[in-house]
Amino acid sequence: MSRIIIHQEHVDNFQDILQVCPFNALERKGDEIRVNAACKLCKVCTKKFPDVFELVLVEGPTVDKKAWRGVVVWVEHDGKVVHPVTYELLGKARDLAAVIDHPVYCLLVGCNVGNMPDSLFKKGADEVFVYDDHAFKDFRIEPYAAAFEHFINEIHPSTILVGGTTIGRSLAPRVAARFRTGLTADCTKLEMQPSTDLDQIRPAFGGNIMAHIRTPNHRPQFATVRYKIFNEREACDPPNHPKIHCHSIDKNKLKSAIKVLETREKPKVKSLEEADTIIVAGRGVKKKEDLEMVEDLAKLLDAELATTRPLIEAGWADPLAQIGLSGRTVKPELIITCGVSGSVQFRAGMNGSGCIIAINTDENAPIFDIAHLGVVGDLYEIIPCLIDMIKNHVNEKC
Amino acid sequence: MPRSPHIITCIKQVPGSTEVEIDDNGSLIRNAVAAKMNPFDLFAIETSLRLKEQNGATVTAITMGPPRAELILREAFMMGVDEGVLLTDRRFAGSDVLATAWTISQGILSLAPYDLVICGRQTTDGDTAQVGAEMAEFLGIPHVTNVRAILSSSDESITVEVDLPGAIQVACLHFPCLITVEKDIFQPRLPSFRRKLATRDKQVKVLCLDDLPDTDEKHYGLLGSPTKVQRVYPPRRDVTKEIVHGDPQTLAERLFHELEGRKFLQ
Repeated sequence: MSRIIIHQEHVDNFQDILQVCPFNALERKGDEIRVNAACKLCKVCTKKFPDVFELVLVEGPTVDKKAWRGVVVWVEHDGKVVHPVTYELLGKARDLAAVIDHPVYCLLVGCNVGNMPDSLFKKGADEVFVYDDHAFKDFRIEPYAAAFEHFINEIHPSTILVGGTTIGRSLAPRVAARFRTGLTADCTKLEMQPSTDLDQIRPAFGGNIMAHIRTPNHRPQFATVRYKIFNEREACDPPNHPKIHCHSIDKNKLKSAIKVLETREKPKVKSLEEADTIIVAGRGVKKKEDLEMVEDLAKLLDAELATTRPLIEAGWADPLAQIGLSGRTVKPELIITCGVSGSVQFRAGMNGSGCIIAINTDENAPIFDIAHLGVVGDLYEIIPCLIDMIKNHVNEKC
Repeated sequence: MPRSPHIITCIKQVPGSTEVEIDDNGSLIRNAVAAKMNPFDLFAIETSLRLKEQNGATVTAITMGPPRAELILREAFMMGVDEGVLLTDRRFAGSDVLATAWTISQGILSLAPYDLVICGRQTTDGDTAQVGAEMAEFLGIPHVTNVRAILSSSDESITVEVDLPGAIQVACLHFPCLITVEKDIFQPRLPSFRRKLATRDKQVKVLCLDDLPDTDEKHYGLLGSPTKVQRVYPPRRDVTKEIVHGDPQTLAERLFHELEGRKFLQ
């Protein structure tokens, strides 16, 4: 068991040593210092006080990585159409597979999937594995996980990428747990090592730092990625002899303790993810009523209005309009942030935008680090001016 | 007479603030601000209490963390939760999603029989929203995530509305099962001072690794975690293309020309 060992004889100043731990995992019991369950093995203590703290590592399990081949993309769909996050992941899968000369597979589970595989070949799949059965009509966890399990046992893929949608975030952990393997959620960057270890980068600890994560001793290695994080590739010619493998599984495994009574379409609202232009209101907006001013600007630019987490928490806006890691990830052509300081979580949800314009009073705000145009000033003074100018411009044209 | 349903609610203590900085050596500096209950878990507790009011269920809150995590169990008592269980052991240190899910599911197994496990949507520090589904796998029970409403419940099953990407699914789950609930499924109640006094001496059940059904150390903590953090680093700060200062009129003009130049004005 890996753990921190404390050389009590080298402890001279209790106060300094107790404070070194950022997680408060060190306690004083009489003349001894002890490590409690809050320890994250972050090694801050071993770096600061190498005489006192020692990390003892115990070797874990190992895996024959050569026995696991292929980069898999889970195909997210609504029964008729493939979700675009699938195409984005296919583009990334091709890049990752090229490093280690592995094939790119798609796993498609559904009912009457028809010609869905065609589009997957055009977007980079080498082979598509299909599980088509009436039991897959509605998403229910047991049959879907059973198909996924069957696929992994048959194919032994090395890496599995799953879109971070509601279904992906329910299915990927279920299957990862079944194989007792690693899963890294909401990756924002993926790279492949020649060893087939996947470098997974994600914001961690609430988003203010980035963590670089690997699954060195287990296969397959799972990663989920949100919609709009990676770029979709241009469509290419499908292979001359596309390989589609149809599989079926034992009927007993298609049973579920979940009975779907009804599935109804959600009212179609134009989702933020599809908007070309987005105006974001942040904490610089002081009152709920002041949102109207920002909304006016959005209307003039035919843009969608979005907000940051604090405004959602204050109950000023619909949670669907939140940008950031706990909200939506967007990639519009233009995004104008008004009074947004730009936490890492927020930036992770929008820094792929084509053009970022930021208005903020604090010129040290992190949003200016990613803005193409940073405007240092008060939105209460600037936006009304800008609104007037755009209105004049429209009137002149008429 | 059949026993009343047993609901287990999973909660976590998270840092009061997510402000984290990195020093010159690449080490993590976390401000030791007061820890608090993960805000998403308040909705899980509220859901379990509503069900308790309906069908007389017993509600147990379970958490994994350092000894001071007992505080959030006390808070759960003040909201109306019946029992509290703390999983604490330094051998749990360094757990990733898999090891965390394994540890809590072992804790739940030791509380059997149970009917329904309720989790919040995600935590504010880990932010993965994946521990619930992994626990359901380890417990061998069905699960649904993103539950936005409870339609009905009986001694045998619960009917819920699930928020799927393009649709709303109404699903009936047989007990035992696990659900994760959305923020705003119910308005969480405030802790009551009366209950605070009444539960002041109430014992929290403390479980360490040796109290769990699986006592193999290799399944817990860092060793039981397939994912390894290679390093942590501050987010990259891109070079700003252009920053402008000036009076509001000048700045508005600059913005207008930028929008016009990029053809964003109709």
